[in-house]
Amino acid sequence: MPLHGVPFMPGKKAAPVRTLLPIRKSPTGIRGLDEISGGGLPKGRTTIVCGGPGCGKTMLGIEFLVRGALEYNEPGVLMAFEETPQDIAQNVASLGFDIQDLSDKKKLFLDYVAVEPSEIQETGEYDLEGLFIRLGNAVETVGAKRVMFDTPESLFSSFSNPAMLRSEFRRLFRWLKDHDLTAVITAEKGENTLTRYGLEEYVSDCVISLDHRVKDQISARRLRIVKYRGTKHGADEYPFLIDEQGMSILPLSSLQLQHEVSDERVSSGFPDLDQMLEGQGYYRGTSILVTGTAGSGKTSVSAAFIDAACRRGERCLFIDFEESRDQVARNMKSIGLNLNRWAGNGLLTHEAWRPTQFGIEMHLLRIHKLIEEHKPQCVVIDPITNLMHGSGDKEVYSMMMRLMDFLKNSGITAIFVSLTAGGSKLESSTVGVSSLADTWILLRDIESDGERNRCIYVLKSRGMAHSNQLREFVITAKGIKLIPPYIGPGGVLTGTSRINQEAKEKFAALQRDFEISRKQREVSRKRRALEAQAASLQAELVTVDREAEDLTRENKKRAQQAHVDQAGLAKSRGAN
Amino acid sequence: MKTKKKFAGKSQMILVLRLYVAGQTPKSLAAISNLKKICSEHFEAKCKIEVIDLLKKPALARDHQIIAIPTLVRSLPIPICKIIGDLSDTERVLVGLDLRKLKTKPKPKS
Repeated sequence: MPLHGVPFMPGKKAAPVRTLLPIRKSPTGIRGLDEISGGGLPKGRTTIVCGGPGCGKTMLGIEFLVRGALEYNEPGVLMAFEETPQDIAQNVASLGFDIQDLSDKKKLFLDYVAVEPSEIQETGEYDLEGLFIRLGNAVETVGAKRVMFDTPESLFSSFSNPAMLRSEFRRLFRWLKDHDLTAVITAEKGENTLTRYGLEEYVSDCVISLDHRVKDQISARRLRIVKYRGTKHGADEYPFLIDEQGMSILPLSSLQLQHEVSDERVSSGFPDLDQMLEGQGYYRGTSILVTGTAGSGKTSVSAAFIDAACRRGERCLFIDFEESRDQVARNMKSIGLNLNRWAGNGLLTHEAWRPTQFGIEMHLLRIHKLIEEHKPQCVVIDPITNLMHGSGDKEVYSMMMRLMDFLKNSGITAIFVSLTAGGSKLESSTVGVSSLADTWILLRDIESDGERNRCIYVLKSRGMAHSNQLREFVITAKGIKLIPPYIGPGGVLTGTSRINQEAKEKFAALQRDFEISRKQREVSRKRRALEAQAASLQAELVTVDREAEDLTRENKKRAQQAHVDQAGLAKSRGAN
Repeated sequence: MKTKKKFAGKSQMILVLRLYVAGQTPKSLAAISNLKKICSEHFEAKCKIEVIDLLKKPALARDHQIIAIPTLVRSLPIPICKIIGDLSDTERVLVGLDLRKLKTKPKPKS
């Protein structure tokens, strides 16, 4: 990110380019902080971390030192003005940092600067050279590159001469710069200033402000880079989390619509639904919203997807806000999905926690961390509506957008389950994320004839010619099955009424068949009768013909006889 | 410390003072001379002064929790108390060392 790199030259070719050195950065190793600060804290400069009590200032500083010593081979010095090294060591032990061990290995130097105002009398002029000597000695001992001062402003309450302190602070910052030390100074937040005694006036290279607020009894930590001289940085307020792995800041990085898309298709887990989606299923890397009323089978649809993904050998993450892992596993076994098998071989990570456990940012931060840890290809979040507890719609919307963006950028196919509250419009997804989702599967109940039946339809699916049918589905011990649709005169018929209607139709068809065969028989009988009639007439005809022939023959014979007789007669008369 | 042994048991009022300085800065030099003056004027024989140059022994600054320079520490009698500054205000030094009684007590004797 060479913001200060090569100056822009409007000409064709920039001849000898004077390269300006960009600001050197010292990576913190803290998740997310390096991203938003563009590589870490300014190297060889001093950064002020300010905030109210309990906001995590000391944590940030110590993690900067510890990670520097462990991961970047940069030893550090911790000058603590408020807590003893023992206390600090105990405090950060919960994060897995063994400060004592680092100290023994000469990678970290701990110095507790105890200032007891009651013990001190001031007589005449003095300065804080003692502090400089201690710091110089400590830096030399471990060869430190990083220094942290934990609330040096407390000196103001110990010494009565603020003018001297200010000039000593100025001298300290110059000293740090001269020694090329990257320093972090924590400071308590003032009334209207970033720090109580206005330290930021002297150090103005980088100021980070931390905040710990409570809304609806749920706490949320935020971090903001107030200023960072000479470099581009994220200026928003970023939520962060302190857990057993230290600090992590939600990298709400680029909210740009520039993710790469895939033409690959992934099965939804049951072939019938795939059939509705052009026969191939979802696009890989898209966000799928599954909404429905209570008990409409949302979790089953999601679990089927997970099962299919695991079958393909993909890594999956199931985040549950409603049921425990075992409960889901048991329930899904009843419909023929053995999720335990996938959890057993490490493909499926199933995490469940209460939605009321923390605010929405913390949830999403945790989801982020899980995704980074497990690197899944498919994710199910069940249900996102539960995240809304204690957060405004707008907040949820923006966080969902960030999460979806993150998932899409990572190429993860994700199912978001959303519960539609009874009575509300089915097509409204409470979180308002429907416009963000690429595919929206809607599950609904149809209640008629004293029973409830489940229906599924694809409300939208970007980039494919999906089915527009409302289909009934049943959840059986072998999984989810879609039933061919029956559309009767009164709309779609489901359940028993569909079976009734089908029986009626079958009966009607039988009757029709019977009628036809009866008619056929009748016709053939008639035909046979006519044929018989025709045959007898034919026979009569033959007889009549013969009679006629006989008559003709007789007549001829008679004529011949008459002629013979006449000749005989004439002979006898002796004529001629 | 040698000084402690030397004075132990000899008198009930032993004063062990340590002055922490950093090199030959004007403030340090002023503190040394001011301290010597105060001691010689008010409690000469009972006082043992030790001047520690932290530039030479930097580790002592941490061990003895020194921040401001110059710092005068009364390590005996206990409790330990600290005075910072060039010790130009004698009154305050005496108050700080909790030695006002010392100053007033010897007066009627002399």
